[in-house]
Amino acid sequence: MSITASLGSRSVAKFLIGTIIGLVACRQPAQAAELAAQDVALLDRLSWGVNASSAAHLREVGVERWLQEQLHPANAALPPAVHAQIEAMPDVHRFPFDIAVAFDLQAKSANQVADPEQRRAAQTVFQQGMNDRVKQAAARTILRALYAPDQLRERMTWFWYNHFNVFQYKATIRVLLGDYEDHAIRDHALGKFHDLLAATLHHPVMLRYLDNADNAAGHRNENYAREIMELHTMGVGSGYTQADVEALARILTGVGVDFASEDPKLKPELQSQLVREGGFEFNPARHDYGDKTFLGHQIKGRGLAEVDEALDILCRHPATATHIARQLATYFVSDNPPDALVQRMAQTFEKTDGDIAAVMSTLVHAPEFSATLKDGAKFKDPVLYVISAVRLAYDTKVILNTMPIQGWLNRLSEGLFNHETPDGYSMLSTAWNGPGQMMLRFEIARAIGSGSAGLFKPNEPNTVDQPAFPQVMNALYFSTIRQTLSPTTLAALDQAVSPQDWNTLFLSSPEFMH
Amino acid sequence: MNRRDLIKAFAASASLTVAGRVWAAPATDARLLVVFLRGAYDAANVIVPVGSEFYYATRPTLAIARPDAGNPNAALALDAGWGLHPALRDSIYPLWAKREIAFVPFAGCTDDLSRSHFETQDTIELGQTVGGSRDYRSGFMSRLASELTRVKPISFTDQLPLIFRGHAQVPNTSIASVSKPGVDDRQAQLIKQMYTQGSLANSVAEGFRVRDDVYKSVSEEMTAANRGAVSPRGFELSARRIGHLMREQFNLGFVDVGGWDTHVNQGAATGYLASRLGELGRGLAGFAEEIGPAMWRDTVVVVISEFGRTFRENGNHGTDHGHGSVYWVMGGGINGGRMAGEQVKVAEATLFQNRDYPVLTDYRAFFAGLIQRVYGLQQPSLERIFTGIKPKDLNLV
Repeated sequence: MSITASLGSRSVAKFLIGTIIGLVACRQPAQAAELAAQDVALLDRLSWGVNASSAAHLREVGVERWLQEQLHPANAALPPAVHAQIEAMPDVHRFPFDIAVAFDLQAKSANQVADPEQRRAAQTVFQQGMNDRVKQAAARTILRALYAPDQLRERMTWFWYNHFNVFQYKATIRVLLGDYEDHAIRDHALGKFHDLLAATLHHPVMLRYLDNADNAAGHRNENYAREIMELHTMGVGSGYTQADVEALARILTGVGVDFASEDPKLKPELQSQLVREGGFEFNPARHDYGDKTFLGHQIKGRGLAEVDEALDILCRHPATATHIARQLATYFVSDNPPDALVQRMAQTFEKTDGDIAAVMSTLVHAPEFSATLKDGAKFKDPVLYVISAVRLAYDTKVILNTMPIQGWLNRLSEGLFNHETPDGYSMLSTAWNGPGQMMLRFEIARAIGSGSAGLFKPNEPNTVDQPAFPQVMNALYFSTIRQTLSPTTLAALDQAVSPQDWNTLFLSSPEFMH
Repeated sequence: MNRRDLIKAFAASASLTVAGRVWAAPATDARLLVVFLRGAYDAANVIVPVGSEFYYATRPTLAIARPDAGNPNAALALDAGWGLHPALRDSIYPLWAKREIAFVPFAGCTDDLSRSHFETQDTIELGQTVGGSRDYRSGFMSRLASELTRVKPISFTDQLPLIFRGHAQVPNTSIASVSKPGVDDRQAQLIKQMYTQGSLANSVAEGFRVRDDVYKSVSEEMTAANRGAVSPRGFELSARRIGHLMREQFNLGFVDVGGWDTHVNQGAATGYLASRLGELGRGLAGFAEEIGPAMWRDTVVVVISEFGRTFRENGNHGTDHGHGSVYWVMGGGINGGRMAGEQVKVAEATLFQNRDYPVLTDYRAFFAGLIQRVYGLQQPSLERIFTGIKPKDLNLV
């Protein structure tokens, strides 16, 4: 392998590409050759990682049309092999609410088993069932990240899930976690922020996670109210007070979760106020009907409409526009995004009533964004690191098992659905580039670079690995990536003793970490 | 002469200066471990104000019973006013009897009133004032490390925490799952070579060094005779490994333990908080055991949390975000068996904003006073670690 690194001229590289493709893959069009490094960097930054086929597509449609496709995805059809894997998941064909009801019943009956031994066994089955739901949800997330054509929407879905983070192991959240991601988050990932916030507020997973299902008149629980303002909308230190937290908690009383088939018993005069949609419930008997003062607004006590009013106030608050703009810019641009960029994004947010695609359009067209593409300023967080490595190594060859990836992400401390606290995973490089973290990355680089790593062993009993080998040194490498590597990195790659070794070193390089 | 006397003697002598720096940490065997309970643990149910009528009146389902030898679920008597959660009977209570642990009630962050976990954790780790502009690249344990000589700091966390970010290159290592490295020495050399320039050079070089040290230590531990005990899990396993590593090579450590945010059904003498506490207690006792009796005499472990919780229980048998907390200080050489620092009667009238514990001992004054005792640091050093803070000496070491 080392000879290729010492042959610099483009024609030799082209000759080699042809040879390598002929020898190993027979699947990549070599047309990525003329893309500018800057365009590849843009593709890399806004997707889950560049690979030969995505680069070829960008070259075909041009940067601006690619951006429009990504900001306003129309056709999001997954490749057939991926679609088939997702269709084979049992959960996909059941209504999430039915699954949740079934689990609730299963939990109740498991807890009622008289014999302690059998009770424990029934509870274990229940727990394993919940774990399976999460593994399926995580498998869908990973398959979409690897192969979905609407890559930016997938990045946004991850970003918003993290922004509205819930932790899988709280209560029975696991059962509906996939539904939360697919419908509360993904459906609104490039839509209106207000809809997104409202969708999370109406989802049982969020109401359980931040304890609002327990928030009732006379039994107030302020947890969710506080985090909505601190994390989801305005941001800490933006001017709300403890009194605002308490007012919002009162506004949110009665907003909860109910999987029972019977409606709760209510006084006749309250019955018209009851709202039930799936597992969401507004129970008027649990609501505090007093008037409230929230962020300087007088809110007349009248039921669920108070919540809509409060969400409007929050979404239109200038602090929310700034907070969301800064978060997005931190994720996509740099650890310390330029204030001017954040301000322009916040202006777009305010002008468009929180249109996320419009805010992102301001971001991707900003000179500040282009400037950071050159220096590779943004350090990949573990999820981006792992997914981008697998995308580059296997391109359109669809993996058959996501469990190795789920395991790597957990080892790297950024497991899917696995952040315990509502702040979500850090978006700053300093959280991920410590000595221990770097060592783990090199281990994962080795796992991905050395062979198929279990990715092509179907996740069923008695199956065997299907033949596969990571193709990191591919056409895209020779046409573009190689020119972006430092002499030091090239010198190290030159000393590789095998393709496995070369892959490990490449995926460990400083350039691939950014 | 024990270390405390040594430090006193040292502090009395003229300060030695090497390369322009005060020659601090005269005893190479001084160890400091900071344990951060993330999520704001309910201090009032762990160090229980058993002398307070108000406590029993406002916590109808959560209160821990007053000390009673016949009741296994009762608090363990500390002094007339305070008791210890019964889940800590076998792990922490013996340390109290040996005067190897002190509790500092009404401790916390005076100037951060956000009652936000993340904000207040940041504030404490940075050790900077709330009003001014923050330097997120400077945590207070990192600044402490910069003031010490012969210091070997380490963070036993998956990510490098804010508290250890700064000029001193501090390694972090995941301690719960240590496995044999797959990247071999030749590859390690080549990788290090790729990182010789650039901002990650130190991180990578330090990472390989610590990786090998930690793996060696843990594999020794695994081949060493099993003490015949059940194999420890979770925090207990981590804490024992930390004890081993801090006995052998590191002397300034940090670890965090999550899961203390109990808004709902936190339990009382038994239940969620009790089992979390039990694990914490076993872990800390395991740490003391692993570091060994000789080294334990020169070790200080400080347990902190970002803030306390509401004093009254909420409608869901839990507690919401509050203010003052209780810190723990333990070690073989500490002046323990007592409640340290300024105190007030626990009653409705003394609650802060009619809601939670007041803060009478600020974390920065507390840490400044403590590290002054432990390391004999001079005022200019303390000033660089906690700018503008007068150390509060609680006579703990």
